[in-house]
Amino acid sequence: MCRDCGCSPGSSTTEHAHGHDLAHEHGHAHEHHHQGDSAVHDHPPHAGQGRTLSVERSLLEANDHQAWHNREDFQQKGVFALNLMSSPGAGKTRLLERTLDELSAKLRMAVVVGDLQTDNDARRMQGRGAPVVPITTGTMCHLEANLVHRACHQLDLAALDVLFIENVGNLVCPASFDLGEAARVVLMSVTEGEDKPFKYPPIFKLADVVVLTKLDMAEAAGFDVDLAVKNIRDVAPQAELVQLSARSGVGLDAWYDFILRGVAERKHEVEEQTAAVRQ
Amino acid sequence: MHEAGLMQAVLEIAFAKTHDAGASRIERLKLRVGDLSGVVPEALQFAFEAASPGTAAQGAELQLERVPAECWCERCGLDFRPHDIIYACPRCGEISRQIETGRELELVSLEVS
Repeated sequence: MCRDCGCSPGSSTTEHAHGHDLAHEHGHAHEHHHQGDSAVHDHPPHAGQGRTLSVERSLLEANDHQAWHNREDFQQKGVFALNLMSSPGAGKTRLLERTLDELSAKLRMAVVVGDLQTDNDARRMQGRGAPVVPITTGTMCHLEANLVHRACHQLDLAALDVLFIENVGNLVCPASFDLGEAARVVLMSVTEGEDKPFKYPPIFKLADVVVLTKLDMAEAAGFDVDLAVKNIRDVAPQAELVQLSARSGVGLDAWYDFILRGVAERKHEVEEQTAAVRQ
Repeated sequence: MHEAGLMQAVLEIAFAKTHDAGASRIERLKLRVGDLSGVVPEALQFAFEAASPGTAAQGAELQLERVPAECWCERCGLDFRPHDIIYACPRCGEISRQIETGRELELVSLEVS
């Protein structure tokens, strides 16, 4: 049973079978590295003196916990979830509009989109063959796992191949909050400057794929594509790189290929899980 | 700028722990903040000063332990601390994809009375 709303994420057989509390580890992303201060213990009280209590807890544990459940839910239902992050105006919504238009014959997709105010982005993406759920975050500068979880109540995840999570436009805060996605997509546009990866290394170093957008405008913007590519590869060597223009269509095949590969991997995982259950 | 929310999480954990220990005052909080955590230490300090007055943590010292990024080189096996945003191995030049530390964001310990 879900802590916030009482829903049941995942199948009933695995539902909270691990009986955890928030402070313990699932063997997923809560790794701790202790830097030689293991001498911190709970000491008995001395009169008039402070005593030290060892705590050792992640400040993000509540979010990480919910993200773990989201990930489990997406995996079990065979959904390839992508978390799209960029500064405002880098072209997340435009890319998704075109992706929905061009892949809706092949894939069953949905979008969860976060914005501080307005549902303008959600309205832009509606009517393209995929459900779109807006999340208005108010003053919050990023999406958190529980917001995504709640938005997913409005979707039939089992009937989806792909879930796009369009994060709030911000290159800082979204990097700290796991949403349970399978792939982190960081976009940067040619109007932003080639050195963006150097200015915001945490988010680039987390990316599974970096998408360089608005490629058709590179020349007009005086943007040095080769330098930007070098910078992305230097700061984010772990990431795949896709260069595209959602307006001209150049490079979109590589983006679609990334999505289709992710979907295929996810389907393969589900088939393996099903086979394992039958044995 | 999500430091205010994170500080709320710090204080919630700290108050519960202090209460469980039968203490009433927090004198010091020790946090571990990784260079790649996406959190600005000064903003955490500011959030603490805004959130702590009138609570058990009023006047407490916030001690922030910075954790630098450390990598492992896939090519030559060296553990190293990069001096730059480009995580190039100082021995062989390979750019590391293996980040071992630097993402920490933890409440380590409390001093209470």
